[in-house]
Amino acid sequence: MLNLFTDPNLQWILIGSMLLGLSTGIIGTFAYLRKQSLIGDTLAHAALPGICIAFMLSGVKSVGYFMIGAIVAGMIATLGISWITRHSRIKPDAAMGIVLSVFFGLGIVLLTQIQHSSYGNQSGLDKFLFGQAASMTSNDVYTMMGVAILLIVACALLFKEFKLISFDSGYARGLGFSVATLEQLLLWLVTIAVVVGIQAVGVVLVAALLITPAVSARYWTDRLGVMTILSGIFGALSGAIGTWISAGTASLPTGPLSVLTATALFVGSVLFGPRRGVVAKLIRRYTAKREWAAEGKGKAGAASSAKEREVSA
Amino acid sequence: MATSSTSGIISPLSVTNMTVAYQKNPVVRNVSFEVNEGELIGIIGPNGAGKSTLIKAILGLQPALTGQTLVYGKPYKTQRKLVGYVPQRESVDWDFPTNALDVVMMGRYGHLGLLRRPGAKEKAIGMECLAKVGMADFAGRQISQLSGGQQQRVFLARALAQDATLYFMDEPFAGVDAATEKAIITLLNELKRQGKTVLVVHHDLATVEQYFDSVMLINGELIAFGPTGTTFTERRLQEAYGGRLTFLKGNPSDEPLIVAGTGR
Repeated sequence: MLNLFTDPNLQWILIGSMLLGLSTGIIGTFAYLRKQSLIGDTLAHAALPGICIAFMLSGVKSVGYFMIGAIVAGMIATLGISWITRHSRIKPDAAMGIVLSVFFGLGIVLLTQIQHSSYGNQSGLDKFLFGQAASMTSNDVYTMMGVAILLIVACALLFKEFKLISFDSGYARGLGFSVATLEQLLLWLVTIAVVVGIQAVGVVLVAALLITPAVSARYWTDRLGVMTILSGIFGALSGAIGTWISAGTASLPTGPLSVLTATALFVGSVLFGPRRGVVAKLIRRYTAKREWAAEGKGKAGAASSAKEREVSA
Repeated sequence: MATSSTSGIISPLSVTNMTVAYQKNPVVRNVSFEVNEGELIGIIGPNGAGKSTLIKAILGLQPALTGQTLVYGKPYKTQRKLVGYVPQRESVDWDFPTNALDVVMMGRYGHLGLLRRPGAKEKAIGMECLAKVGMADFAGRQISQLSGGQQQRVFLARALAQDATLYFMDEPFAGVDAATEKAIITLLNELKRQGKTVLVVHHDLATVEQYFDSVMLINGELIAFGPTGTTFTERRLQEAYGGRLTFLKGNPSDEPLIVAGTGR
């Protein structure tokens, strides 16, 4: 375990995982509150064809190119979702499902095509897709740092606007805010966070890092600002603990361990959240029951004593 | 059908040829009207008559096929700050992590503009508006823990905080108790005293004459619009409701007493 703090490689992974958890946690709060929990899944799957096309065009396995490809594909996917929901009677969740499967199908076709052809060095492409935090380098960490700063600054500057469109977008439009632009901007920030996360935890698990910390944070507070920060902390904590466990064992992968940690935090929150948690609810119900019973007994006692009085009289 | 203001004063709201369709068939057809400043105006009509749709189209929340909205003589888009909107309570998720004061302060966001954050001044205005709807004690309360009537009052306070001169309210009286209804109508009269114009989508025909200066009867088309005394008549109501209302006559003042819609 000690090598976590001495091994420079591990230090990069630790910082990278924490920054990733922080970013997805913060931006995930708004995705969750806007009832777009599926968006992480959709964007992660939509990234696949983007990554494949980037590889086919460039012929090199460059994380930078992959990310550009994934982000472009993700942005097209978000536009597709907005377009479908606006121009048909299809609800957002179904629209996300449609976009997810179309993009992922296309991605698998392209991936098979790449594997059966003579594109340069294709090994490791799948590692990028299914995530490998251990392969993170200092450059990746700098990218994550940039992304984290971008997301934090954007959410801090536009906190009021994001809050308003998450709570009541119709009213926001009435006040004169450009809701469509803000919604698209928010989706693109989510896209960036997801794409950065794919590299560490993979296509399937990145959605968990987006939503789980936000859902957990909701159990601890009734204030959006606190919830956003808490969600970021839960995300970062998941990344850190995941890395720590991974470093201490022989061959357990960091990404999935981070997701499992996030899930453990979620279970803890569901159980022990101060007001919404299961335990708090049970205690509240128990005390209410006892107080009511005590009161009822008092009344019953009064009634019986009245009866006694009647009898004695 | 539109009553144009007799003096040279510019009307707070003038709508021309508003037509809105969700699918193929227009739900609001060719509605044109012009309201007088400082009036409480009730928008009345059966379910599905397009009352909410009309409001949403005026506010640009629902795309219209045709139609133009002028607020104090200028296009609505340039006059947004003058217009306050109280949506139906069910239009938002009340489990959102925020408290009553915070929601009321949202009314100030338009004045703040992009990037600027609400501060002490917004807080003071928010508290003042909460007090006006009798909700000052609930400022810090999580909004899901408010009753339906209290939530409605929070929405009203938010509209007040916006400090608009023309208000649209979508069924503010729906599902609230007598106390809240009284609080709301007191507030509406207060707004009127300040010279503000308020359009209210309303369902309870029994209170129309008591609450509103003018009445707009709608059933897809504009049936009638004018002072309550001359517009809110049995004939016009039957026209708007398609002859499905039952009236009890014979009280000395000869005012129609509405019993119930008999349905079909």
